[in-house]
Amino acid sequence: MLELIDTYWLYFLVGQYPEGPLGGLALTVLLSFGALLLAMPFGLLLGVARVSNRRAVAWPVAALVQLVRAVPLLLVVFWVYFFLPAVTGVKTGQATTMLMVLVLFDGVYLAEIVAAGIRSLPKGQLESARSLGLSYSQALRLVVLPQTLRNGLPSIVSQLVSTIKATSLGYIIGLSEVSFIATQVNTLVFTQAVEVYLILALTYFLLCFGLSQLALLLERRLNRRAAQASS
Amino acid sequence: MIVLDKVNKFYGDYHALVDVSERVGKNEVVVVCGPSGSGKSTLIRTLNRLEEIDGGSIAIDGRDIHEKGVDVDALRAGIGFVFQHFNLFPHLTVLENCTLAPVKLKRATPAEAREYAMQLLERVGLAHKRDAYPNELSGGQQQRVAIARALAMRPPIMLFDEPTSALDPEMVGEVLQVMRSLAIEGMTMVCVTHEMGFAREVADRIVFMSEGRILERATPEEFFTNPQTPRAQQFLADRRRD
Repeated sequence: MLELIDTYWLYFLVGQYPEGPLGGLALTVLLSFGALLLAMPFGLLLGVARVSNRRAVAWPVAALVQLVRAVPLLLVVFWVYFFLPAVTGVKTGQATTMLMVLVLFDGVYLAEIVAAGIRSLPKGQLESARSLGLSYSQALRLVVLPQTLRNGLPSIVSQLVSTIKATSLGYIIGLSEVSFIATQVNTLVFTQAVEVYLILALTYFLLCFGLSQLALLLERRLNRRAAQASS
Repeated sequence: MIVLDKVNKFYGDYHALVDVSERVGKNEVVVVCGPSGSGKSTLIRTLNRLEEIDGGSIAIDGRDIHEKGVDVDALRAGIGFVFQHFNLFPHLTVLENCTLAPVKLKRATPAEAREYAMQLLERVGLAHKRDAYPNELSGGQQQRVAIARALAMRPPIMLFDEPTSALDPEMVGEVLQVMRSLAIEGMTMVCVTHEMGFAREVADRIVFMSEGRILERATPEEFFTNPQTPRAQQFLADRRRD
């Protein structure tokens, strides 16, 4: 196992970089971060639109949410990779494809979390914010969403964790993220499949566990004052 | 100052407000009472457009507030509203609750807003709780903060929608005390409340509602000693039994 790591660690970490495109763990991390960073505002926007009183705003989003949720992520990857270039005439690279898919998929799920959070907040919060003279968007931004996001933090984190894992689907369109690299390594060494995939599993675990621990820390920090109150 | 003319409101087939007409003058304190489901809360909520109306008109300072094109946010900024369930913002401290709207609506610089909010918190007896969060306060304290939060916008009118109904009995007094002091200072107030002692002592006028209509309007003295309608008599008898 040590020999395995010793031989392939750089390949595992960055793929063929700098000779070829960046790959491996670096690509997986980059892709996850990119997806999280872009999906959060996208999901927030969709979530707010989903609870809008204006049907022209709420319905298209509802349709998008239902559609995306009813299709396997794998299929969405295929669609974006093969279908989109045929329509637009622009060939999208594997990494870009994967990023777009993840943002779309993630955004939709986050939108549902955000929308559910907004709906479950007592009506009095929006009413009292509005009765002070704040506009609807101010009330959302200053009063409703801060509470929604805080209450929804556990769901949001589990969604973000599943985003990290979903980057592995890039394998199917030949994106050289860490799963793809692991498979390559496995083909090269041939006899050590267990070790190779064990290392891969451990890698994903560390990434996801790290993120959820980080979230836990954040949650504790947010709740610290409330805890002081009860003590 | 506030003029309601034949206001009607429906919830589907249910006629919640029936031809309600009333005037509230400047510096006047009007208490709206009546059995539950009589439309009191609906009525007071139409005064800052938390509820829309289906007929008639409501004018504040001569301006029809339910007209198309009225700036609802500006209207509400000039009317303090106190809710039954306080509705403080739980993610903000007491002081932040009071400064949020004045600062975000550019009525004051952050420093000015803090200073005025502290004056108000002092006034409701909660200056020492400035950095506390709402869930660290009792119901009575939360409601007093809610009043300070509303006052922070310096509104010429204050509306109270059953401000003591959600409180434990021992906390009712502290909230009424704050309301009383506002009334004495000449604040224009409309209060929906079941606190008949408060009504008797503070109100300039009592409006009695039943089934969406105003059945009686009278001075407290007249209303309590000589209610005209059987419903009002019944209502007062029920109150006394409590």
